[in-house]
Amino acid sequence: MSEPVVWLTIFILSIFVGVEVISKVSSTLHTPLMSGANAIHGIILLGAILVAGEATNTVELVVALIAVVLAAVNMVGGFVVTDRMLQMFTRKRRPTGEGSGR
Amino acid sequence: MNAPVWVQLVYLAAAVCFILALKGLSSPRHARTGNLVGAVGAVIAIVVVFFYAPIDHLVPILVAIVIGALGGLVGARRVQMTQMPQLVALFNGVGGGAAALVALLELSSLGDASEPAFTLAATAFTILVGAVSFAGSMVTFAKLQELMTTRPVLFPGLPVVFGLVLAAALAAAVLTVTSSAISVAVVLAVLGLLFGILLVLPVGGADVPIVISLLNAFTGLTVAAGGYVLGNTLLLVAGTLVGASGTFLTKLMAAAMGRSVLNILFGAFKGGSTLGGGTASDRPVRSGSPEDVAILLGYAQKVIVVPGYGLAVAQAQHTLRELVDVLGARGVQVDYAIHPVAGRMPGHMNVLLAEAQVPYEQLREMDDINGEFKQTDVALVVGANDVVNPAAQTTPGAPIYGMPILHADEAQQVVFLKRSMRPGFAGIDNELLFDPKTTLLFGDAKESLGKVLNAVKSL
Repeated sequence: MSEPVVWLTIFILSIFVGVEVISKVSSTLHTPLMSGANAIHGIILLGAILVAGEATNTVELVVALIAVVLAAVNMVGGFVVTDRMLQMFTRKRRPTGEGSGR
Repeated sequence: MNAPVWVQLVYLAAAVCFILALKGLSSPRHARTGNLVGAVGAVIAIVVVFFYAPIDHLVPILVAIVIGALGGLVGARRVQMTQMPQLVALFNGVGGGAAALVALLELSSLGDASEPAFTLAATAFTILVGAVSFAGSMVTFAKLQELMTTRPVLFPGLPVVFGLVLAAALAAAVLTVTSSAISVAVVLAVLGLLFGILLVLPVGGADVPIVISLLNAFTGLTVAAGGYVLGNTLLLVAGTLVGASGTFLTKLMAAAMGRSVLNILFGAFKGGSTLGGGTASDRPVRSGSPEDVAILLGYAQKVIVVPGYGLAVAQAQHTLRELVDVLGARGVQVDYAIHPVAGRMPGHMNVLLAEAQVPYEQLREMDDINGEFKQTDVALVVGANDVVNPAAQTTPGAPIYGMPILHADEAQQVVFLKRSMRPGFAGIDNELLFDPKTTLLFGDAKESLGKVLNAVKSL
């Protein structure tokens, strides 16, 4: 599984998937797209947890815990703020004229 | 290090969730569901780690997760929609920083074991680019939050220093691969931070949207390389998705501004930006009263609204929508023209207007609407400046030269709602303000729009 060629295959195919998926997104949603993609790379939290779990001395542990905090901010904050934005786009349109005091 | 098969399958499922999250954004109606799917995938992937990997220090790790999650949550909930670019830059930076730290730690635990050079190269890449992304994002954050000047920061010899730091960083990266010494890697990280700062400092405020997108792609690639180092397929796939999409989006945005990415990053090195005077001009302009503007708008047949960042700062989106509703009821045809970089990041203005419940169908893209300005009676420019500045097309050497603009100057009449004569984010004068067919209404956008609204109602 760790053969570089397999990894290279996954890497190249992922590039195509990434570009393919993004090219269908309208410019209306480019900001949520950026913050959503942002949230996805917050998955580095997984790596941070793994290295923190293997830390053998205090310095390593402290550095790893900093990484965990940073990655958690990235992941949780990213998904929540994207949800906040998208909520405004999916909201049902209000009846016209309501409250516009005409 | 290899995870059991069932864990690999869970990772695969999580990767599919991420793809669905991005795919969901193809339609505004399904985007929110997609994002939730992505979040669920991420949570499952994180929870699973604790059930298969040998995790010491469980309590401190859980505490750290809770602290980070709460920080992210509060930031995400509290942020104003106008401050979205800063927040995205900040979240992006901490992600890149985390990836660099993870790679540093992984290197120290590898020791001097006989790791293949390729793994070490991926480690060096993660450390360097993660540090660049962290420092670059922090400078971007500082610029957007206006903690520092938004204009390009240049000093004599910058290109030389820049080149030296880059060369040193590459040398340190090679040394890291050959020696796998942790001390060298720390130097590499520091050089990466320095490089990140030098990379973003010369970028002018108007180009910051592109930089955010580019740094986002950087962090994605960092996480992908980190996935290879850790032997984790999910990180590889997720990071690559973000890296590829971020790069694509960056190129798309740069094309929308008529610039190349290299020109945006290094254009200031050539010292071309002579128009950056930045002070308010005292040339004569024609200013009008709210009633004058109301008459122009109320008896027009076709009006195009050009909203800009100033609209958002004044929180005037709602008043603007009300005005458009009233004009619509009078039979005036009103459209919103959205420049690709209106606001301070791609698609920012769409988010701000969606917040004010403007149906997204009414928002017209630049290429779609630009031909219609000639048949337009009034172009109403609210809190925008650079995106209608003809200097982008007529003045080589202007910082924004080459950026496609909305052709508000082709409308019969132009109305600017502005706070003052201060130049826009790019820091240059706008000739259109001095045009005889232009009327200016000074004041806070929300107050001005409110007065115009009342005046239109009493026509």
